[in-house]
Amino acid sequence: MSEVLVQPPAEKKPLLGKKERKLLTDPLSDNNPVTIQVLGICSSLAVTTQMKPTMVMAISVTAVVALSNWVISLMRNAIPSRIRIIVQLTVVSVLVILVDQMLKAYMYDVSKQLSVFVGLIITNCIVMGRLEAYAMGNKPYPSLLDGLGNGFGYGVVILTVAFFRELFGSGKVFGFKVIPDAIYEAGYVNNGLMMIPAGALFVVACYIWIQRSFAKHLEEKE
Amino acid sequence: MEFLKKKILELRPDFEKGGKYGQFHTLFDGFATFLFTPDRVSNGGAHIKAGIDLKRTMFFVILAMVPSLLFGIFNVGHQHFLALGEFAGSPLNGLWDKVFYGALKVLPIVVVSYSVGLGIEFFVASKKGHAINEGFLVSGMLIPLVLPPDIPLWMVGLATAFAVVFAKEVFGGTGMNVLNVALTARVFLFFAYPTFMSGDQVWISDKPDVYSGATALANAAATGTPFQISADQTWNYSLQDMVVGLIPGSIGETSKIAILLGAAFLVLTGIGSAVVMVSVILGALLMGLIFNGIGITPFMNMPFYLHLAMGGLLFGAVFMATDPVTAAHTETGKWIYGVLVGMLAVMIRVFNPAYPEGIMLAILFGNVMAPLIDYYVVQANIARRNKRLAARTSFA
Repeated sequence: MSEVLVQPPAEKKPLLGKKERKLLTDPLSDNNPVTIQVLGICSSLAVTTQMKPTMVMAISVTAVVALSNWVISLMRNAIPSRIRIIVQLTVVSVLVILVDQMLKAYMYDVSKQLSVFVGLIITNCIVMGRLEAYAMGNKPYPSLLDGLGNGFGYGVVILTVAFFRELFGSGKVFGFKVIPDAIYEAGYVNNGLMMIPAGALFVVACYIWIQRSFAKHLEEKE
Repeated sequence: MEFLKKKILELRPDFEKGGKYGQFHTLFDGFATFLFTPDRVSNGGAHIKAGIDLKRTMFFVILAMVPSLLFGIFNVGHQHFLALGEFAGSPLNGLWDKVFYGALKVLPIVVVSYSVGLGIEFFVASKKGHAINEGFLVSGMLIPLVLPPDIPLWMVGLATAFAVVFAKEVFGGTGMNVLNVALTARVFLFFAYPTFMSGDQVWISDKPDVYSGATALANAAATGTPFQISADQTWNYSLQDMVVGLIPGSIGETSKIAILLGAAFLVLTGIGSAVVMVSVILGALLMGLIFNGIGITPFMNMPFYLHLAMGGLLFGAVFMATDPVTAAHTETGKWIYGVLVGMLAVMIRVFNPAYPEGIMLAILFGNVMAPLIDYYVVQANIARRNKRLAARTSFA
């Protein structure tokens, strides 16, 4: 009697295991690209006067980070390390141009509002930072997740900043007036500081302050 | 006073740590030592003894500001009635009406500034368990003096809160701030609510729209002369008016005489640094002279000494640039700092029509640069002494 050879079923890896989930959620708070790694500050000051363009910016950056992470990770073993920055930049710029053309084709008004800042995604330190720190040394799928996570982390921060800037700076949220006229008649005035980049710096500072007062473990030990 | 003293001694045990109201210890201590010299003395360790502590220092600065405040109250009323065309002739006509009107406008600003600022100060002190600091006593008086009279009170409160939290508490409270607190409040309002802080419309309280209300600075920027000569001779001002202070402007900045009285008091009591005051003024005069030499625009050609008579340059030089925390600390550094602030103030005035008053931004810039200036002064001193040492040892 020959024994029936039964192939043990291959251990199926869950699509979103614990490790993968961590890749996605860590950048939202404890390893946030803006407030903890302090990357991408410039664009979070420049584009956050209103919610709508900020939303588009967040999505664009997420797409660029995730896809460039994925592509570079696929290529990582073929890239000579001396010219890796050039290769990374080429990939990123292709993706940025794609995003830019998409916006121009389908969301022309927002694309005008964002002006050069879409093109400047290429200089957003988060993109290069994640490529160097993660995609060059990890497999494609985790790299994609890492890119998505960091894009979301960036998006959370800039959307929060944009919410307060638009609310106090022009009394609106997503372009809808939320502060009633009665308050304006009582003497309230929109805060002009919120409309200039310096105001965004204060909002980001408050965000970091509040985040750190909740997450004590982030404080450097003396 | 005897009654208060008895009451305080009677209440004190309750407020000691572990007493009935122990959590309000800092609050009680703050008030008690504000009224009386405390009986506790330090023992052990090395202490520098001086007859004057932080509270008395701050109080002297407030005394120095009293002339500016009183004149400011009068001038708010004076400008108001002048614009309405009442009490023409001598400025002293209708003195009490003017003072009463001015007090109604100015005192609420003072009250709001103090209550918001001290409220935050007390809150932070009791939360951190620190003793209450008196640092805000001066800032709370400076803030009203650098604002226009018609500023809405909620803006004053917001700006004060912003300044106390962001310029002071986040850096560690009194004595640790990088920027002058009162100027931070002003710069917040200047950028957040520009229509309430600049232009021709804000400097005279409740004025009719036909009256221009341009400040001397605005006139100078537009025409090259600060003086105002109107067709019917009622809205004029001359150099004499500018020195006395009978011109539109922020509440405390207009009267140069009142400011100089305060300056003399500060210098005589040794509280304010004469070096800083003199060097800011010298810097402004120097830059004015340079512009006179270049002389391309009418504003550049304005006689250089007139810069001192208009706007808040003198007020800033006396009360704000001298802030012992934010100014440079070394004597050489104070000269560099002062000249830098003075030159920048005039430069901003002449070059940038969007910011008619340069002294605010110039002092804030100086504040940021002060630690760097001190660093290089100290390093230069070390290098010089090392060189001397090397020379001496090589001879021996």
